[in-house]
Parts: sequence; C-alpha cells; structure tokens
Amino acid sequence: MTQPRSPLFELDDIHVSFATPDGPVEAVRGVSMQIARGETVAVVGESGSGKSQAMMAAMGLLAGNGQVTGAARFNGDNLIGQSKRALDRIRGAKITMIFQEPMTSLDPLYTIERQIAEPLMVHGGLSRRKARARALDLLELVRIPNAKARLGAYPHELSGGQRQRVMIAMALANDPDLLIADEPTTALDVTIQAEILGLLADLQTRLGMAILFITHDLGIVQALADRVYVMRHGVVVEHGPTDRIFAAPETAYTTMLLDSEPTGRKAPVAPEAETVMDARGVTVTFTTPAGFLSRPSAPIHAVRAVNLSLRRGETLGVVGESGSGKSTLGRAVLQLLPSEGRVSFLGTSISGLDRSAMRPYRKSLQMVFQDPYGSLSPRMTVGEIITEGLLVHAPELSAKDRDARARAALQEVDLDPAVRNRFPHEFSGGQRQRIAIARALVLHPTLIVLDEPTSALDRSVQKQIVTLLRDLQIRHAMSYIFISHDLAVVRALADHVMVMRDGTVVEAGSTAQIFDDPTSNYTRRLMRAAFDLSTVLSEQSVART
Amino acid sequence: MFRYVLRRLLGAIPTLFLIVTGAFFLIRVAPGGPFDRERTLEPTVMANLNRVFHLDEPLWQQYFYYLGNLARGDLGPSFVYRDFSVGQLLASGLPVSMTLGGLALLLALVVGGILGCIAALRQNTGIDYAVIATATFGITVPNFVVAPLLALVFGVWLSWLPAGGWNDGNPANLVLPVIALALPQIAVVARLIRGSMIEALRSDHVRTARAYGLPTWMIVIIHALRAACLPAVSYIGPAAAGLLTGSIIIEQIFGLPGIGRYFVTGALNRDYTLVMGTVIIIAIFVVLFNLLVDVLYALLDPRVRYD
Repeated sequence: MTQPRSPLFELDDIHVSFATPDGPVEAVRGVSMQIARGETVAVVGESGSGKSQAMMAAMGLLAGNGQVTGAARFNGDNLIGQSKRALDRIRGAKITMIFQEPMTSLDPLYTIERQIAEPLMVHGGLSRRKARARALDLLELVRIPNAKARLGAYPHELSGGQRQRVMIAMALANDPDLLIADEPTTALDVTIQAEILGLLADLQTRLGMAILFITHDLGIVQALADRVYVMRHGVVVEHGPTDRIFAAPETAYTTMLLDSEPTGRKAPVAPEAETVMDARGVTVTFTTPAGFLSRPSAPIHAVRAVNLSLRRGETLGVVGESGSGKSTLGRAVLQLLPSEGRVSFLGTSISGLDRSAMRPYRKSLQMVFQDPYGSLSPRMTVGEIITEGLLVHAPELSAKDRDARARAALQEVDLDPAVRNRFPHEFSGGQRQRIAIARALVLHPTLIVLDEPTSALDRSVQKQIVTLLRDLQIRHAMSYIFISHDLAVVRALADHVMVMRDGTVVEAGSTAQIFDDPTSNYTRRLMRAAFDLSTVLSEQSVART
Repeated sequence: MFRYVLRRLLGAIPTLFLIVTGAFFLIRVAPGGPFDRERTLEPTVMANLNRVFHLDEPLWQQYFYYLGNLARGDLGPSFVYRDFSVGQLLASGLPVSMTLGGLALLLALVVGGILGCIAALRQNTGIDYAVIATATFGITVPNFVVAPLLALVFGVWLSWLPAGGWNDGNPANLVLPVIALALPQIAVVARLIRGSMIEALRSDHVRTARAYGLPTWMIVIIHALRAACLPAVSYIGPAAAGLLTGSIIIEQIFGLPGIGRYFVTGALNRDYTLVMGTVIIIAIFVVLFNLLVDVLYALLDPRVRYD
C-alpha cells in the first residue's frame, strides 16, 4: 500500500506509562501510525489495549500520573512537549475530539449553546452574539430537530444521540482538519449508532476532514474506515487497508477479533418440558405521589400488558433499545417492582407477593446484572459474595458445606476455587461477571433473569460468557430471561425473542423467525442497523443527495 | 421557583411550632426555676414574682399564654435581665452577632475557596500539603485557644488592634474576632473545595474543555469551580446558621455584646423566655439557610428543579 508523502497526523514511537503505587505501568509501548488529509482510519483493540491512551497522550490529555515519550506530529509540528498555550492553538481548532460518554463529556451545568460557542469564541475570536448564531447553524448541520428551541437546553434534557450530535457540532465548529472519535457510538442504541455514523460520514464528504475512529466494534470499522490499525497490549499488531485486514488478517489476534461474534445456536428443548414461568398482562406504571402542596406527576407506563411464557431449559431473549421497558419487565416478573397482571411460577401465582412471601421463591428466581463492577460488594471476598444467599436460603448448611458449594460454583464458571478469598477489584470485567453468575448458580435456581450481562464486556470475553451460559443451562436445566440490546448475543442464546419498544411488545416469536423473517418495520430496522451497517450507511447517504 | 419558596416557607411553620413546643416543655422540665438563688428569697417575694410571671399557673396554661404572646410577636420579659424584654435583648445583640458571623462566613468562603482551589490545582505538591496541614490544624485547634492567642499577640504585645470590646462596630475591633471565628470554617471550606475540585478537574467534561483548547482560567473557573462549589454550598447552610447566631466563646473572650452568651446565661439561670427567644432565632436561621441552600443549589445546577 502507498503511504501518503506527508501525513496530516503522525504518531512516532509513542510510549505512555502511568506511575502507580505498584510501580510504572506501560499502557502504550512504541506506537506509530499515520493519517492523511481526508482519510478515515480506525484504531481497534479490546479494552486495555492502549488505543485511547495513545491519542490522549498526543493531545496532552493524559491523567496527572501519565508520562509520554515519542513524537506526535501534526502537519510536521511535534505536539508532545509543547506548552499548553501552543497546544491550545491546535486543540479544538485543528484537531477536535468526541468521546464515548456524551452524557458526562458535556458540562451538565451549561446550555449546549454556550458549550458550542466557547471554542468558537476562544479560537475563532467570534463575539458572543456571532458565536451563538453560528451555534445554531451547527446544530442544524448535525440535524438536531427543532434546533432553535434546543439552543437553551441543558445536556440532561437531550437524549444520548442528541448529546452526541451536540459533541459533533462542537467538534466541527472551527472547521478541523482532524476529528478523533473515541468510541463515539458505544453508549448508543444500534439505530442511533447508525444515524450518528451516517452523519459523520456525510459531514466528512462535505467538509473534507480526516477522521480517526477509536473503537472495539469491527462493524463500524468495516463500514467506514479506509485503513485499520489493530492494537493489543499497547502495541500495533497489524495494520493495513480495511478490505485486506478483513479478508486476510495476518495475526492470530486479528483473526480472533474478527470471529469474536458469538457463534452457535441454542438447541431446542423437548416439547414436553414443563412451563416454568407464565405471565399475563404484566403492566408497570411509575407515578410520583402527590406531596405537600404538589400534584402527582403524570404516570409513566414503563411496561404495558406484556405476556410471556417460558418452559424449563428455555431462553427468552428480550431485546429493545434503551427505555423500551425490557429491564423493568425483568424486574417485574421477579416481583422486584410493584406491577399489575398475573405471574405464575411452576404453576403457583406469585404476583403481588410481598417481600417475606416471596422469600421462599427467591432461591429459585435469580438475577444477574449488567455492571459486574457495581453489583459486587467491594468489601466482601468472592467467597462471601457467593455464599451470602445460602445464609438466607439454606441456613442449615455448615460453614464447611457452604464453602464446598462456593468451590463447586466457581468451578462451574471456570474460575479457580482458590480465588474465593480475594476481593472483586482484583478481577477483570469478564471474571467478575463469572463471579456474579456463580453467585446465582450456588442456589441452584430454576430461572435466571440476565439483564445485559455481556454489554460491558469485550467481544472476545462476551463470546466466552455466552458459551458458558449455554453450557450451564444444559447442565442444570435452567431457564433464562435474557435481556439485551445486543442482537448477536441474543441470537446465540435464545429460543424465543421478544422485541420491545416503549413498553409494549412489537413482535415475538422463535429466534429464527425474528432474525430471518421479521414482520414489523421496527424489528427490521433494528436488525439492519445491527448486522448490515454498511448498507444502512450507504442508503442514508443516497437518501440525502 | 417562587411557588417552591412559598411552599417551603409555609412548610416551615409546623417545624417551628414543633421546635417551640419541644423547647418550651424541655426547659420547664429542667430542675430549678428563674428565681432560685443561692440565698433563697422570702416566700412572699417568690410567690409575688411567680404570680407576676404567671409561673404559678398550670404548665399548659403557661404554654398557651406563651403561644398567644408569640403570635403577637411578643417574646416576653427576660427573667434575669429584669429591665429588658427578650425582644429588646435580641434586637440589640443580634446585629452584633450577625455582623461578626456574616464577615466570618465571607472570609471563610473567599479564603477557604481560594486555598482549596490552589491546593487542588497543585495536587500532591508542597503547596497542597501545606494547605492540608494548615486546614487540619485549623480544624483541630479550638477557638478558645486561637482567640486569646490572637488577642495576646496582636492586641497586647504588638498593640496593632484592640484586644476586645465592640466600640460601636468600629472595623478595627472586628478584625480579631472575625478571624478567630472564621479560622475553623476556612479550614473546612478549603478541604471541601479541594476535594470536590480535584474530582471536578478529573471529570469528563473538563477533559472535553481541555481537548477544545479552552484557556486555563475558563476551565478552572467556569467548568470546574461551579461543579466544585456544590458540596460546599450544602455545608454552608447549617454553618451559616451557626455563625450568624453568635458564638459564646468568641463573644466572651473579646467582650462583645452579641446573642451567643444569652443562650448559655439564659439556660443556666432558667431564664425561660430568653432561652425560648434564642431557640426561635436559631431555628428560624436554620430553616432560612437550608432554604437558601436549596435555592442556590438549583441556581447552580440546572438538573435540580423544584417545580
């Protein structure tokens, strides 16, 4: 492949290390890459590969304990070692960035108008009035609906997709030569992701800037990037044109990334399997009660009249975008939220039971949450976390028996039983999720509600967890309600799929039917945004011209 | 917002009523009475005094009698300072205490805020450690040690400033008591602001501001400090109520005619009406400042909305 003669932006042997109490940690170890004017380059790698830190170092944005060596040249000038004043002539003007978390990346205390206007005033020398007028143009450029009325809005009043559009508006404000997009759509739903990526691609053709994507999502890479750098453990293991990398990866690591999409399908259960859970007309409505001199707020219908039925050994996948009510449904069937409707478990009605009446059933009805960091108590050892439920549900067990159950549960999730004396922070995200599964497993449950259990994990780790869940299900004849926005994972796990939107079921059926032949437009759109990003993006750009 | 403030003020009435009721019966339950002296009074004099002040009537009757007067804004006569009503005592003492407390609060916010910011911006350097050490010292050393020391050094040895007295609020007389009153608050504010500022400087939106090349003053003052103020604002409410209603220690040491001493002398002498008067004043200040904090919070943080 031909290297551009003078790259717009170039990293040359970048090393980044962080001083920690345990000695320096090398996050980036000699990374070099180039990007030419107008080019789209992707840097891919799993979490901890150093892909973000290399860019942060180049932009002078490392945390206080970070050290960088090497050169980051923009139009030939080395940015590393420059004064803040010199860097600030480039940051926000020639090179701009958008980040993964559009909620926290915008200042919650100021209007979006002000935040877009600030870089314009600082770099472009615009007056406040002119900057505000330009902010409106920019909001229209990034297609925020009803832009004029949105100028005075605060970040929390916008949806995730709109916030990311605001970030893009800020990034475009000073006509940059390079836009660094650090996981720009990771926190967004697939359909919103397709819109945001389409917007970026469209703006790039119109404005001609170069885009550097930092991402772990190969779907994005394939749809958008001209060239790819693959990073692992702080070094670039492979780079080249996108087509070549996808068609003929040279390293085992790239190959692994490429097929880390969860594979395999769930084997169907015998038709005579008993029904474990049956729910009719489950409805959850949230209201704020009237207070002293205040009226009650308008009720929010989070889940409306949902029916579901699940047999032993079966998995029901519940998919939908954020706010569709899928997690609320999961909590409602377990009677963790007040709800209307009828829920029966193994033939007995459990709807409306209070905490103490539910206690005998809790053992059989377990839940695993998305965030393996937040849902494990940091001050308990893994052994204590796993056996805590046994103290309540099997008080007759001796300490020795409980320990034996904990060891068995850890072995089931492929962890060394010796780890039960360690604390959660000593484990990686994937290991923590295994611990959370072991905690549910130790009680020998009949049904586990898994709420986005793989969403915070890297693709390769996701794949392992999916395989683990499938194996455990067969071994223990458990049923799952698997809640996820990730369609690829659901396809690999579920017998039946329910697509939810705005609290109602849009479509339900067997996995094959929903994935291969969806009937509703919404499901079809969801499928295409998830599995066929390139086509969706090209159609979007055709539609606009 | 106006509706909210009105609602909160109305909501404060039952709170104040409960405080008044609780305080009324608690002080009466305490053994002794306002006219018990080491040398006991003539029984007839005692009886006369009790009749004049309605102390011979049943407690519930005294309670309604007090409430009735209170509704008309009359806090009653002081039992100990015989020539003054409680209203007069508070009216003369409160401006003194509020002047001292207000100035001390201002000083604490400005100096504490600046020190906290500097420490946060120079985190883990000598300056940071110096601020933390001074702040810890300021919190641990009690003001009954600091105040006489200040008076001794600046008032007596150096003779730069008067060592005591109110002197009609002459600024020179205010300097030492205000500093003595502010020192522990400066320390607390500095620590609070330092902590929240460090967090704010690490937040994602400050990273955005840096990535967009905003000048340092904009990043620090506009984007970090406003967020960092929020925890300090919650602290200031109760602290301000405490400062403005006077400090017995500072007022005694510097010989100032504030209301802080009334609470102690009133309680020790069973001066029922004076105690009730100070309780009501402090309760009103606490309620008002908590409301002020909530309003300020909403002004600083658009995510907080009450209507």
